Amino acid sequence: MKPVIRVENVSYTYDGGGPGEVEALLDVSLEVAGGEFVAVIGHNGSGKSTLAKHMNAIFVPTRGDVYVLGMNTRDESRLWDIRQTVGMVFQNPDNQIVATTVEEDVAFGPENLGVPPAQIRRRVDEALAIVDMTGHEKSAPHMLSGGQKQRVAIAGVIAMRPKCIVLDEPTAMLDPVGRSEVLATVRRLASEEGMAVVHITHFMNEAVLADRVVVMEGGRIALAGTPREVFSQPATLRRLDLDVPQVTELAYELRAAGAPLPRCPLTVAELVDDIAELVGKGAGQS
Amino acid sequence: MSDTIIEVHDLYYTYMRGTPLARQALTNVNVSIERGELVAIIGRTGSGKSTLIQHFNGLLKPDSGSVVVGGRDIWRKGVALRDIRRKVGLVFQYPEHQLFEETVAADIAFAPRNLGMSEADVDEAVREAMRVVDLDYDALRGRSPFELSGGQKRRVAIAGVLAMRPEVLVLDEPTAGMDPRGREEVLAEIRQLHEAHGYTIVLVSHSMEDVARFAERLIVMDGGTVVMEGSPREVFRNREDLVRMGLGVPQVTGLMAELAARGLPYAENVITVEEALHTLLPALLGASGAGGDAGAGGDAGAGGGEVGE
Repeated sequence: MKPVIRVENVSYTYDGGGPGEVEALLDVSLEVAGGEFVAVIGHNGSGKSTLAKHMNAIFVPTRGDVYVLGMNTRDESRLWDIRQTVGMVFQNPDNQIVATTVEEDVAFGPENLGVPPAQIRRRVDEALAIVDMTGHEKSAPHMLSGGQKQRVAIAGVIAMRPKCIVLDEPTAMLDPVGRSEVLATVRRLASEEGMAVVHITHFMNEAVLADRVVVMEGGRIALAGTPREVFSQPATLRRLDLDVPQVTELAYELRAAGAPLPRCPLTVAELVDDIAELVGKGAGQS
Repeated sequence: MSDTIIEVHDLYYTYMRGTPLARQALTNVNVSIERGELVAIIGRTGSGKSTLIQHFNGLLKPDSGSVVVGGRDIWRKGVALRDIRRKVGLVFQYPEHQLFEETVAADIAFAPRNLGMSEADVDEAVREAMRVVDLDYDALRGRSPFELSGGQKRRVAIAGVLAMRPEVLVLDEPTAGMDPRGREEVLAEIRQLHEAHGYTIVLVSHSMEDVARFAERLIVMDGGTVVMEGSPREVFRNREDLVRMGLGVPQVTGLMAELAARGLPYAENVITVEEALHTLLPALLGASGAGGDAGAGGDAGAGGGEVGE
């Protein structure tokens, strides 16, 4: 499948030549296809957000190129199309909500795009359905929970019908329920709506659900692969001070102490299966 | 005299009371915080956690019920709320967003200066607060707070509250939005404030894994009221209730419950990775020790009972 986003050998320097010069990205390459859910993890200052901001031309590379559906983000004449193709959702829902009711807020984007009113109604209803917020059309956003607000912010982006959505720590400010609500929504955008989804997060329990995980450190991609490929390298992750899910950590410790567990589990269910198998209580034997 | 530092009795609170948007946020809340405790309040967003802690220092006034700090009803005539706010230091969510001064020292000095401390006392309070949160006074006092890392910024904000020399430190989701390194840094700081400096600490958290490791007592809120209280180990026994409230239990606690459901009841009160490791390792090594004894090893493990402390 043709990638929606293509990042080619991108380096980016903040304040180039100035006193605060920082090389935030160093030779980063990445492709994200429609329907794909990619999680980007790494510490603050690792370059995650800088990378995200290249995906809809908020930043253009110092070196290298970023293509959005083949459009180079350096091409200012395509800026409008690029921003319509790649929607961004940020950490704090309160900073992203502009209107006094949920439906007006979701309608804000398409109105700005000049979508006719009848279509706006449909887009708003569809977007709210996708984020599971139907029924809250007339609610005041400030009265909603964090997870609900963030889903309204996502609906506002979806209503513009982008091909790709980039979420910069959308769950950072939410409680566990809010996080799982937003994560379920984000996954659905990829699996059901066919969007290219780039999800930046500090929560490894979210990253294990992605199709692909990209680990950033010091402006470079330190590690990339399926969640199992990435999380079976605990030494590397520890060196980067990154969390792993508790069951992954536990299995690693058990294996290090000699327990013959067969793999690096990513979820509770996987480790339960492995332990049951090992002690003779596997599905077929209990 | 009991050593209770904050007592909340029969507290009711309604947001936007008397308007069409009125929303009952707290219903019949009774809570007490003992001096020297490290208590975590858990509950999903909207359960009333933040509303409750804003009553602890009089930022919100209850519809009815009382808030007693250090033995005084804070809403009784003649009680100066300023004293209460100094006694109960409240660190809001994302406190670094409230940094505004040009230097770290000036930012931390803001509250004590406002309280009318002499400049010498203010300087002493700033040094002390920075020392307590492990920020190097000489290296950082003149720096702009905006140049610091996320973890450092948050510690500056906490230092700004500590500089008032409160007796109780109340933190609303102190690790929210931080990366793993920053989270560990701030949690270690809080533990140190508690253990080395004797602070009474109340923190709101969304991480069951963190509160399992740190808190001595949990207060669980749901729908604007307190629904459970106890040690993390006691509270996390109620897995189904907690899941229904949108909270859950630490992942390893869930693992042990799932194993029990598969006929492998190793232990039912495991709340940390270390405990899970000590519980599971003997059984799994037993299982692998001799191929033919795998089943027996499993059975022995299954009979292993609870984790001893």
